[in-house]
Amino acid sequence: MLRRHVFSLVAAALLVLGLADTTDAQDQFIVVQSTTSTQNSGLFDHILPIFRDKTGIEVRVVAVGTGQAIKNAMNGDGDVLFVHARAAEEKFVAEGYGVMRSDVMYNDFVIVGPSADPAGVAGMTDATAALAQIAEAEAPFASRGDDSGTHKAELTLWAEAGIDVVAVSGGWYRETGSGMGVTLNTGIGMGAYVLTDRATWIAYGNKGAYQIVVEGDPKMFNQYGIILVNPAKHPNIKAEAGQAFIDWVLSDAGQQAIADYKINGQQLFFPNADG
Amino acid sequence: MFSFFDILTEALGLILSWDRALSEIVLLSLRVTLTAVALACLIGLPAGALIGAFRFPGRTIVTVILNALMGLPPVVVGLVVYLMLSASGPLGVLGLLYTPTAMIIAQTILVTPIVAALTKQVVEDLHGEYAEQFASFGLRAHDRIAALLWDARYSLLTVALAGFGRAVAEVGAVLIVGGNINHVTRVMTTTIALETSKGNLELALALGVLLLTIAVIVNAAVMALRASAVRAAYA
Repeated sequence: MLRRHVFSLVAAALLVLGLADTTDAQDQFIVVQSTTSTQNSGLFDHILPIFRDKTGIEVRVVAVGTGQAIKNAMNGDGDVLFVHARAAEEKFVAEGYGVMRSDVMYNDFVIVGPSADPAGVAGMTDATAALAQIAEAEAPFASRGDDSGTHKAELTLWAEAGIDVVAVSGGWYRETGSGMGVTLNTGIGMGAYVLTDRATWIAYGNKGAYQIVVEGDPKMFNQYGIILVNPAKHPNIKAEAGQAFIDWVLSDAGQQAIADYKINGQQLFFPNADG
Repeated sequence: MFSFFDILTEALGLILSWDRALSEIVLLSLRVTLTAVALACLIGLPAGALIGAFRFPGRTIVTVILNALMGLPPVVVGLVVYLMLSASGPLGVLGLLYTPTAMIIAQTILVTPIVAALTKQVVEDLHGEYAEQFASFGLRAHDRIAALLWDARYSLLTVALAGFGRAVAEVGAVLIVGGNINHVTRVMTTTIALETSKGNLELALALGVLLLTIAVIVNAAVMALRASAVRAAYA
C-alpha cells in the first residue's frame, strides 16, 4: 500500500512541476507575428537582444507565412505584425485590424537554380522574361504555394509574364505548401528553380550546386512593414509595449541595428523607415 | 553527400559542447511531454479500466471511437486547441496561447486516447481472470478498478511509455499552439523542423539523434524502475 502512495506522490509532484509557470511574472513581453524569412535569416536573434537591453521588454516571435501571420493577428494572437505583403497589410489596416502601417526595411527576391540551368536563364535581369523562358522550357519550378508574402510576389510576377500557373500546377510547376527553407530543400532535391528572398538564401545552409540565376529586377523589390494590432478590436493587445517596439524599430538606433546585421560580410536587410 | 559518420560526430559534438540554450530546449521537451503523459494517465487509466471491466450499452461504439482516436492527426489537434485558446476563441481570456501550458493541453489530448484504449485492453484481459473472485468477495466497482489497475501496473508502464513515445516525437500540434518561440516554447522537435528549414540538415539530424538518445534513457529508466519493483515484490 505504501508503494501506491509513493507512486501517487511522484505523479503529483511531476504534475505540479510541469504545470507551474516558470516564466518570471515581472518580465514584460509582447508577441510579434512575423515571417519565416526574418526568422530564418537570423535577423531577430541580432536585433531583439539590443531592444531588450534598452527597454526590458521581451519580444516573442511567432514565425509563420505572411498569410497565417495576418490571420493570427486578426484573431488578436499577437501585439505587432511584421510581414512583407504590402497590399495585404494595407487591407489589414483598412479593415480596422491594425492601427497604422510603416515601412521598416527592404531586401529583394532572387531566382536560384541548378548550375546546369536547363532553361538558360542565368544572368538575366528581367524576372518576367526569365519566368516566361522557364515556362517555355517547362523546367521544374518549386513554388511556396502557401499564401506567404514571397508566394504572393511570385504569383504577381507569373501574372505579368502572362502564365497561368494554377492550370499547370502539378506538372513542371510544383507547389510545396511550405515555408521558404523547406521549399528550397524540396526544390534543390528535384532540380527546380525557386524564387526566394535574398536574406534566406544567404543564410541558407544546404545550397549544394545551386546559385542565383536571376537578380536585379526592380519588380523583385521586397518591402517589409510593421503594424500595431488594433487594441480597440482586441483588448488583450499590449498597445504600449507594442508601440515601444515599433518606435524603436523605426528609430535611428533600430534602423542601424538592422543595417548592422551581416552574414559573411553581406548585409541582408536595408532599413528604409520614413524617419 | 552526407555521411552518417559526420552526423554522429556532430551529435556527439552537440552533447560535448552542451550549452544553456540546448539544455533549455531539452528540459522543456521533457517537462511538456512528461506532464502531458502524467495528465493523460490520470484520465486515461481509470477511463480505460472502467470500459475494460464493465459491460454497458454502447460499449462497442465507445471502444471503436477510442481506438480510432489513437490516430488523431497532431496538426488537427493543434488547430482545434489554437481555435479554443486564441484571443478570439472561447478560452482566449486565459491567455494560454503560445505558452508551454498550451502545448501540454494539446499533447494531453493526443495521448489520452492511446493510454485509455491500451489500458482498456489490458484490464479487459485481466478482468476475465478475476471476475469470479471479485464476485465471490463481493467487491465494489471502485475497489475492482483499483485492484485491476494495481495488478496490471507493469503492463500499464508500457502503456505510459507508448504515450510518451507519441508525445515526445510530435511536432505538428506543439508548433501551432506553442509558436516555436525561442526560449519560451521551443522544444526538440520544433527545433529540428526549424533547422531543417534553414538547410542545416546535419545539425537537424544531430538533434534527432539526441532526441532518440533521450527517449532511450527515459525508457531504460522506467524499465529499471520496473525491474527493481518486481524484485522487491517477489523478494
